[in-house]
Amino acid sequence: MSISLDEVRHVARLARLDLDESELMAFQGELNQLLGHFGDIQGVDVSGVAPKPHAVALQNVWAEDEPRFGLTREQALRNAANSRAGLFIVPTIIEE
Amino acid sequence: MARYLTSVGMEVHAELLTRSKMFCRCEVGFGGEPNTRVCPVCLGLPGALPVPNRVAIEMVLRTALALNCQIAYDSVFHRKNYFYPDLPKGFQVSQYGETNPLGYYGTLDIPAADGGTKTVRIRRVHLEEDTGKLMHLPGGGSGVDYNRAGVPLMEIVTDFPPDITTPDEARDYLQQLRLVLLYLGVCDGKMEQGSMRCEPNISIRPEGSETYGTKTELKNLNSFRSVQMGVEYETERQSQVIESGGRVVQETRGWNESTQSSFAMRTKESEQDYRYFPCPDLVPMHFEEASIERLRATIPELPLAKQRRYQGEFGLSEYDAGVLVGDQSWAGFFEEAVGQGGDPKAVCNWMNGDLLRLLNETGQVALAGGQAVAHGHGTPATVSKVTPAHIVDLVRLVGSGQINSKTAKTLLDDAFSSGDMPSRLVEAKGLTQISDDGFIKETVAQVIAENPGPVEQYKSGKQGVIGFLVGQVMKSSQGRANPTMVQDEMRRQLGE
Repeated sequence: MSISLDEVRHVARLARLDLDESELMAFQGELNQLLGHFGDIQGVDVSGVAPKPHAVALQNVWAEDEPRFGLTREQALRNAANSRAGLFIVPTIIEE
Repeated sequence: MARYLTSVGMEVHAELLTRSKMFCRCEVGFGGEPNTRVCPVCLGLPGALPVPNRVAIEMVLRTALALNCQIAYDSVFHRKNYFYPDLPKGFQVSQYGETNPLGYYGTLDIPAADGGTKTVRIRRVHLEEDTGKLMHLPGGGSGVDYNRAGVPLMEIVTDFPPDITTPDEARDYLQQLRLVLLYLGVCDGKMEQGSMRCEPNISIRPEGSETYGTKTELKNLNSFRSVQMGVEYETERQSQVIESGGRVVQETRGWNESTQSSFAMRTKESEQDYRYFPCPDLVPMHFEEASIERLRATIPELPLAKQRRYQGEFGLSEYDAGVLVGDQSWAGFFEEAVGQGGDPKAVCNWMNGDLLRLLNETGQVALAGGQAVAHGHGTPATVSKVTPAHIVDLVRLVGSGQINSKTAKTLLDDAFSSGDMPSRLVEAKGLTQISDDGFIKETVAQVIAENPGPVEQYKSGKQGVIGFLVGQVMKSSQGRANPTMVQDEMRRQLGE
């Protein structure tokens, strides 16, 4: 199991990361190392073990539908790189 | 030009009518100052943990049951990963998989052209969360408001191959689905405000072909009309592309309401690119059959079934029954009046005729007993004083011949403003219909004597003049004379 440079480029694009060739190669190495670990896990014999949807033995954890106040707008915007008129400001989105 | 068959798959998103968001307890609302209903969870701040809204889960389960779906007794939430500024976490919590969505493999009946019903198969009903709102700012940059981020969103998708094959069916499907959601009380169905959004995907194929064509998805449709127009337009556009030797491209297209045309938007990421995986922050859901059955017991009679029942049981026209079921409280008003012994056809005629006109003129709503409080409908000032009992009373007065229908119209106007019972108004104003033989004979004779001109016209063959003469009798009796008796007596005396 290994990942090609093109696949790294594709995943980087999905994550909106602009990586140069040397960074792509560095990430390829790191990702391949990760995939190697998964390879080890895949070698484990799990015959007779039922699949589980979650590692924690809990189910049906939910809350009642009662509104509670969260953050003030000032608090919400405090860490924003850019804000104006109560809005988070991001680079212009052309589509939609 | 070859004939093409249209296939339409429908993807509908409905914001659920909960008070708080899906995974945090921020309040849900429309409008308001931006970023005032946010918290670390819906802003996707590091370390914040989501907790699902129990009511939202029940609303989706009830919808799935109403749509005859199979229920996923074991179900999980997934992360759908993509980067867009309206999605603060970098993923949308959703439900992936064949049989993992809370409901799957269901049906919705829609009215068919022949007066029967057509069944549209439903692929899945699942629960996810809404995104924030992006707005383009003058002078560059886009602003993001996260008040809507994390609002519970239900997605309902039709099955493949598509059962919907015309623009009209696309509109009918959406109208029926909206009514079902309103009857269930899970969504307010306000398409213009975006609380219910529809994205049809449309493909065409030459008649006789078994292979479905490449589909395009339409966005920005905010009315039933635009859905119908959009499907029509795409069918036409795609057939022109093919006729001119081109190839339909799989893409998302936006609908421009003012030009009534569609334009190409982003090419979508492929499903694989979303890298769905079970959300580790949310634990699995498991439902017992007993609790599902408890929810099933809360499903009301659905609008189309109700409409067909009114037609069959009461002999109402498809149109009239449709107007009654078009609003759940209107249907409730009708049923209460019928329950009190009102003749169904007469009750329906008064409701869909004069009462509806009065309500539209005044912007009021008519409600059956207790509904105003139960459903939080309107304020006392906007609730009409006319109750089902008023209509039943009115129908009885007309039916027993105590008043004629002209008097009844005036009475309804009076009752509408005063809230008095029609029979009380009849007593108070002495409006009872006059069926006294002697009085009618006398008045008819008097009108004949006073109108020699029209009488002459009638006798020379202009039969229509009788309407004028009868009108004169009604006028001199202040509308109280029994019109049938007047008509008969007039003919008799003129015939002499």
